[in-house]
Amino acid sequence: MAETKKTPFSAHLLTGFFALFVLFLYGPMIAVFLLSLQGPEGQLTFPMRGFSFHWIGAVFGQQRIGNFVEAFGRSFSLGLIVMVITVVFSVLAGLAFRKNFRGSNLVFYLTISSLIVPSILVSLGVGVVFNLLNLPIQWYSSALAGHLTWTLPFAFLIMLGIFGRFNPAYEEAARDMGASDSTTFWRIVFPLIASSVIGVGLLGFTLSYDEFTRTSLISGETNTLPLEIFGMTTNVTSPALYALGTLTTIFSFLLIGIALFTMQKLEQRQNKQEG
Amino acid sequence: MQGTLDQAPSQPIASKQRSSIDWRPYLLVAPQTITFLFALVLPILAIFTISFWNFNGFTSVPGFTLNNYLGIFSSPVYLKTYLNTFKFAFLVWLVCVLISYPVAYYLAFRIKNSKWQTIWFLICTVPFLTSNIIRMISWIPFLGREGLINKALMGLHLTNQPVEMFLFSDFSVVLAMVHLYALFMVAPIFNSMMRIDRALIAAAEDLGASAFEIQKRIILPLAAPGVAIGTIFVVTLVMGEFATMRLMSGGKASSVGYLIKNQIDSLQYPMAAANAVVLLAITLMIVFGILRIVDIRKQI
Repeated sequence: MAETKKTPFSAHLLTGFFALFVLFLYGPMIAVFLLSLQGPEGQLTFPMRGFSFHWIGAVFGQQRIGNFVEAFGRSFSLGLIVMVITVVFSVLAGLAFRKNFRGSNLVFYLTISSLIVPSILVSLGVGVVFNLLNLPIQWYSSALAGHLTWTLPFAFLIMLGIFGRFNPAYEEAARDMGASDSTTFWRIVFPLIASSVIGVGLLGFTLSYDEFTRTSLISGETNTLPLEIFGMTTNVTSPALYALGTLTTIFSFLLIGIALFTMQKLEQRQNKQEG
Repeated sequence: MQGTLDQAPSQPIASKQRSSIDWRPYLLVAPQTITFLFALVLPILAIFTISFWNFNGFTSVPGFTLNNYLGIFSSPVYLKTYLNTFKFAFLVWLVCVLISYPVAYYLAFRIKNSKWQTIWFLICTVPFLTSNIIRMISWIPFLGREGLINKALMGLHLTNQPVEMFLFSDFSVVLAMVHLYALFMVAPIFNSMMRIDRALIAAAEDLGASAFEIQKRIILPLAAPGVAIGTIFVVTLVMGEFATMRLMSGGKASSVGYLIKNQIDSLQYPMAAANAVVLLAITLMIVFGILRIVDIRKQI
């Protein structure tokens, strides 16, 4: 980035602006992280009062703060289900869109339209439909349906992008040598898209794990983690709230780290195989 | 990012069997399409139907009445709520554009090394993969009565008493929403800017165009589709949510999303449905308005 010629003032200004933006994104996160490590007399604002893991521990005690562990379990399971369905459905749809077929435009616009329908509408509508059909309203049924309307369009767009850059020569070669559709997919296509599939999976999981509005009216009598935390904001006024924030953020960071690491490994392996 | 795949453009495979229809694409898109029919189209139809039902004070009664809609358009309270929602959508959109354009420009044009470009873009993306609710809460240490901003202001003797307006105000709602949704503006603008042919800019520079002229005549017009996609995202997100409004305004400000949520809590489904239909209609009008101005199809 360091250029030999004199950098104009405006360039420094832009760098400064970008740095401020990153600070804007991470500053609050760091504040919450620090404040969750206070002593037992800690409050919601700076300065830090003591240092301990008291509040982190408090998250797992049930008396202080709602039932975090069970809510986490639900959000985690739901995230996994959403992830698997999102990956499978979007890869299948991506494969279909490699050929022009009659009605493909309609499918495309139906999928994209899901992004521009206000979230609260999806929540309300799914709830109404489940009610009318006498289906159980639970985090694993109605909330699952609500989440898929949000994760599938993103995954679909990403798959279109991936298959758009995909060189069909490899598969054609496999087919010419007599490989079946499924052999061609698992042996040729899947290894080539594997690292992108992990990216789509990560996106599916985190979008679901953090989703609030598209869960809010349709999770039944039990809460997912975001709903549980939202409920706590009204009655928990101790750093336990921040401790919960710190824990879930660390969890998200871990997932992102694992996914990025795996993606990089897969791409390296792929590069090696291609020589 | 997809360095492993060949860059050769994919060529449509000439179909060998013209005589019979190939059913495979239909089978492949079926799971996704059925999901959307069930979880999107059917719910919207149901909402539309219920918006004409009666509400007798306790429960919804099937029927056909326009009273729910008349109620919305004749009530000053509802109209004010709609105006308030537009106000927030506009403010959040404006701030998002003003922040995201320079950020995307910096990422796309100032960082020359593509590896660092990916890394910095990821750094900007990671916070958006963490919990929205937690990200709202994380403003309390800054904005509260005892928060850092008030402490700083009082330390500098700019004010003697803590300023109440930072938390639980329009300001905190806009701030939190920008914090939550800015990436939805940054990413599409960045994507558009990365497609700009660098030779265009080099040519303009050689011809003596000023930095401002290059922005105005090359980069801005070519980044416009990205701004349009970002606008669609941000406006829809702000219109469809209620959590930020509830949490960051301390229940003071209202939005249509919040209104719908309250109506459902008091079981007034027909009113909630009518509001949802109006909200959807307005959102679609905005989206189609944007699509008329800017052609975004080439961006996908």
